[in-house]
Amino acid sequence: MTLPNGWEMVVGLEVHTELKTKTKLFCGCANEFGSAPNSQVCPICLGLPGSMPVLNERAVELAMAIGFALNCTIQDSTFHRKNYFYPDMPKDYQVSQYDLPINARGYLDLPDGSRVSIERAHMEEDTGKTTHLGTSGRIHGADRSLVDYNRSGVPLVEIVSGPDIRNPQQARDYVAELRSILVAIGASDGRMEEGSLRVDANVSVHKPDTPFGTRCEIKNLNSLRSLTRAIEYEALRQIDVLEDGGSIRQETRHWDEDRGETSTLRVKEEAEDYRYFREPDLVDLAPDQAWKDRVLAGLPKLPARRRQDLEALLTNPTDAQRDGVTTVVDLNLDIYVEGVAQAQGDVALAVARAANELAANIEKLANLSVENFVATVAMEQSGQLSATQAKNVLSELLDQGGDPVSVAKAKGFEQLSTDSLSATVGELIVANPEEWQRFKDGDDKLAQFFIGLVMKATKGQANGKAVIAELQSRR
Amino acid sequence: MTEPLSRDDVAHVAKLARLRLTEDELVRYTEQLGKILVHAQDLSSLDLHGVAPTAHPFGLVNVVRSDEVRASLDPAPVLAQAPDVEDGRFAVPRIVGEAP
Repeated sequence: MTLPNGWEMVVGLEVHTELKTKTKLFCGCANEFGSAPNSQVCPICLGLPGSMPVLNERAVELAMAIGFALNCTIQDSTFHRKNYFYPDMPKDYQVSQYDLPINARGYLDLPDGSRVSIERAHMEEDTGKTTHLGTSGRIHGADRSLVDYNRSGVPLVEIVSGPDIRNPQQARDYVAELRSILVAIGASDGRMEEGSLRVDANVSVHKPDTPFGTRCEIKNLNSLRSLTRAIEYEALRQIDVLEDGGSIRQETRHWDEDRGETSTLRVKEEAEDYRYFREPDLVDLAPDQAWKDRVLAGLPKLPARRRQDLEALLTNPTDAQRDGVTTVVDLNLDIYVEGVAQAQGDVALAVARAANELAANIEKLANLSVENFVATVAMEQSGQLSATQAKNVLSELLDQGGDPVSVAKAKGFEQLSTDSLSATVGELIVANPEEWQRFKDGDDKLAQFFIGLVMKATKGQANGKAVIAELQSRR
Repeated sequence: MTEPLSRDDVAHVAKLARLRLTEDELVRYTEQLGKILVHAQDLSSLDLHGVAPTAHPFGLVNVVRSDEVRASLDPAPVLAQAPDVEDGRFAVPRIVGEAP
């Protein structure tokens, strides 16, 4: 998108990801979504007097893995209390990292070639979940709120980007790439709708080569679609205010997905209001080189590299094929495509089938071995199966399991013999002399006409390429 | 020497801590907290050049526990502590605005 009158948007994103640990950050309560309310609480996460937090080793390792994946410096870090009164934290403070975060100064390269700097990626604990009751269903106008502390104390990493993003699409690409990385390294399940991945956007506008404008922070972005819509709306809103001679005040704004607009939630006053101080119940975190090396050694191949490796198997990949590769990597279907490549099969066909038929049935993948996928692609490639038949066989394999040869046989997808195809083509030529003459005279479009007739006559069992070969031989 | 903190500083901190103080208390705490701050400032007169900051009396780092689930509390006695409960959740008065 282009903003009017030469304005430019400046966006920085704060992404909170819940870590995929078994337990909370400072206690042994289960980190599990969807349990009965307040069934995963203990004296530590409720902040009862005398309780002592102890840091979760796995959470530290996942935080370090995020740091490595984002090219950060992993440094010695400390924990602080961020003090505020709000019922989502029973302790009236949140333990977070303040001036010394575990990960500092990194970057993330996006598929379009742009680089977004990462200022920090620090650890903190999640808050409880509040539900606002009231007739309107919105925060404003609620008459009371209900609190479930199961989420309180769940480990989070907050990833703060630099103000390097210049348009909504880039913001979307950044979050998509980040999500893909977090899922790949096992740090997060990446579900924005369930709130395990949450994004806040800092948006301001300015004219290029002038200082940045005052920013507003947008909350409640629960999907990539919300993110792009909200950023675009907010930039245009700020431009309207400024062009009318007004000024932007620094504030937190709430995105309303239904109404498609942002509205003031609260005005920022003083950063000191949180009265950060060192958490006296926790000691410093100072991972030694051996610990860092172990985490680094356990890091899997990252999505950008996996896409690169798959694209290298394709000759001059088209945009559609690149999109297919992105889907394959996001859904962790690489092994299927690599299997086809190892068997010297048609990689482009494998990407297409994986990014469509497999992607649509991701929950049934256990039924489909790599070998059977490779065999199905080979049958389609050789013409034993038409495209429609191959999709049909894959669907059956995903539903029921089995091997493609037996499935094809059971479905009657036998390859038409050359003699049988030749006989069918011969009959159709006799039945359609005018069209045949036009084809013979050079009207290639008529090939499709005959293919259609052959497919109808053979109930889709003929192979399109074989039909064309037969037609050409008789031309 | 200027006052280490003002009555307004104390009023501000009291507001952040949700404490309701009378005018008498504000005056008294301004004086008492001021003495504590002056005492803390005595440390500034020491030559601490080359001494690393200490935030903890123990020289320990990396105290961690393994990621193993331990039993949580039974929700019933936990909820019984609350003034009001609904659907197994703590019911609190209307909240204006969202969490920070």
